[in-house]
Amino acid sequence: MIEVIDLRKSFGEIEVLKGIAITIKAGEKVAIIGPSGSGKSTFLRCLNCMEDPTGGAVIFDGVNISDMSVDINVHRRRMGMVFQQFNLFNNKTVIGNIMLAPVHIGLSELRRKKIKNIFITIGNLFRRNKKPLYQINSTPAKIRQEARENALRLLRRIGLEDKADAYPSTLSGGQKQRIAIIRALAMNPKVMLFDEPTSALDPEMVGEVLDLIRQLADEGMTMVIVTHEMGFAREVATRVLFMDDGKIVEENTPNEIFANPKNPRTKEFLSKVL
Amino acid sequence: MDGFARKVERFWEIFYQHDGYKKVVTGLQNTVYIAVVGLALGILIGTLIAVIKVLPKYSKLTKALNGFCDFYVGLFRGTPIVVQLLVAYYVVLPLLGLNLPALSVCVIVFGLNSGAYVSEIMRGGIMSVDIGQMEAGRALGLSYRVTMMKIVVPQAVKNILPTLGNEFIALIKETSVVSFVGASDLYTAFNYIGSNSYEFMVPYLVMALIYIVLVMLIALMVKVMERNLRKSDRSN
Ligand SMILES: Nc1ncnc2c1ncn2[C@@H]1O[C@H](COP(=O)(O)OP(=O)(O)OP(=O)(O)O)[C@@H](O)[C@H]1O
Ligand SMILES: [Mg+2]
Repeated sequence: MIEVIDLRKSFGEIEVLKGIAITIKAGEKVAIIGPSGSGKSTFLRCLNCMEDPTGGAVIFDGVNISDMSVDINVHRRRMGMVFQQFNLFNNKTVIGNIMLAPVHIGLSELRRKKIKNIFITIGNLFRRNKKPLYQINSTPAKIRQEARENALRLLRRIGLEDKADAYPSTLSGGQKQRIAIIRALAMNPKVMLFDEPTSALDPEMVGEVLDLIRQLADEGMTMVIVTHEMGFAREVATRVLFMDDGKIVEENTPNEIFANPKNPRTKEFLSKVL
Repeated sequence: MDGFARKVERFWEIFYQHDGYKKVVTGLQNTVYIAVVGLALGILIGTLIAVIKVLPKYSKLTKALNGFCDFYVGLFRGTPIVVQLLVAYYVVLPLLGLNLPALSVCVIVFGLNSGAYVSEIMRGGIMSVDIGQMEAGRALGLSYRVTMMKIVVPQAVKNILPTLGNEFIALIKETSVVSFVGASDLYTAFNYIGSNSYEFMVPYLVMALIYIVLVMLIALMVKVMERNLRKSDRSN
């Protein structure tokens, strides 16, 4: 589903990613571990081109999304991203956060179809073989209604339906992060990218967030997760990558890599964190 | 004190019996009108400039736009507003062959002028919004422009509302120069009363009082607004 080819990223003179190659298949759960500053976040952010790679390519569903001529926004809609700092929109209610992107995208697609239809209609005046119009079987009200129902369904799923009209500033960290996760889910992503989703949480809230991620994993969601929670990586991941100094130093199944690390740097890192 | 009572009497005569109050009301209306519409224009222009200035500078176009904005801001912040009014009314309009009423010219010049100031305020506001807000929007597949307009700018505006209130007060005060191009405001009204009563002490005193009350009212409104915003931060 995602193919990364010799990915490189430099910030000015400093090369942070030094040639990463990996293929992630549908349904895989890839955990990325490694010391601070090794480039884990940068790598994850290159997967949806939040950082533009300076070399190599990221192929998502057969499209080279690191090519500057593709409309990256279209592809990002199929890749959910969850941040360490939650990043809920402070000026929107909880349900507003979840509905914003689906509604905006639904409406702009509807508008685009309508405009195209106008041009086709005008063109058809001069055509012998009339071109068919785009089917429009939605209305703005319908798009909003569907997005709202979907948002409420997701909120029910995490038991926060009663918070629909609350603002993020009134929620706990765990609640914020779970809402950030379902906000990404509302776009029906094919893959979810998590960057240390529990690192900014108070210890008592880590569990609720990990539970939700675990549920998604069990449902078969493809995911890439940068984490310091080794226990969680071991339990949920199908594959673990150990990164150091901008490279994937070792990759293996969780059981192998935790029980039997081969690279000395992996050994050293694991001996510190386990 | 006897002299002062006499002066008040003279003032009242012109103010009340010779329709001076009508001029004062018109003047007050113009003052508020120029400041309100000027600020609205200023917020529009200022937001546009601020957004251009925080745009990543990759392309030639954004660089050129950025240069133009710098020039614009420098021009309007670097010259007194009286000069801008005079140049607009007596130089630019005739050169363009246009004939606009003085009041419209004032509104436009005050809008352009405050646009330059608001752009700096707004830029600070936009930069004070956490970068994560933009990233979250982009990660959801929203464009830079949409994220800016739906997420970042509304939060920036909220952060700078008090400062915008001060800009409004500044505009109210600066409108006192519009008579330079023949628009009528509070100054023209009280000057009329003074000239007709041959005494200026009371009219200008009353004028000063009106400005003070006006400014205090706005400051109060800003404070109430600020308090409500902070409340909504906590309890929503
Ligand atoms: N925008 C940037 N500009 C310049 N340097 C950057 C930028 N982002 C990251 N870096 C540098 O790239 C290196 C890798 O950073 P990255 O955030 O990917 O590390 P990480 O593995 O996620 O670390 P951590 O575990 O602390 O989150 C660091 O040395 C960092 O200073
Ligand atoms: Mg990181």
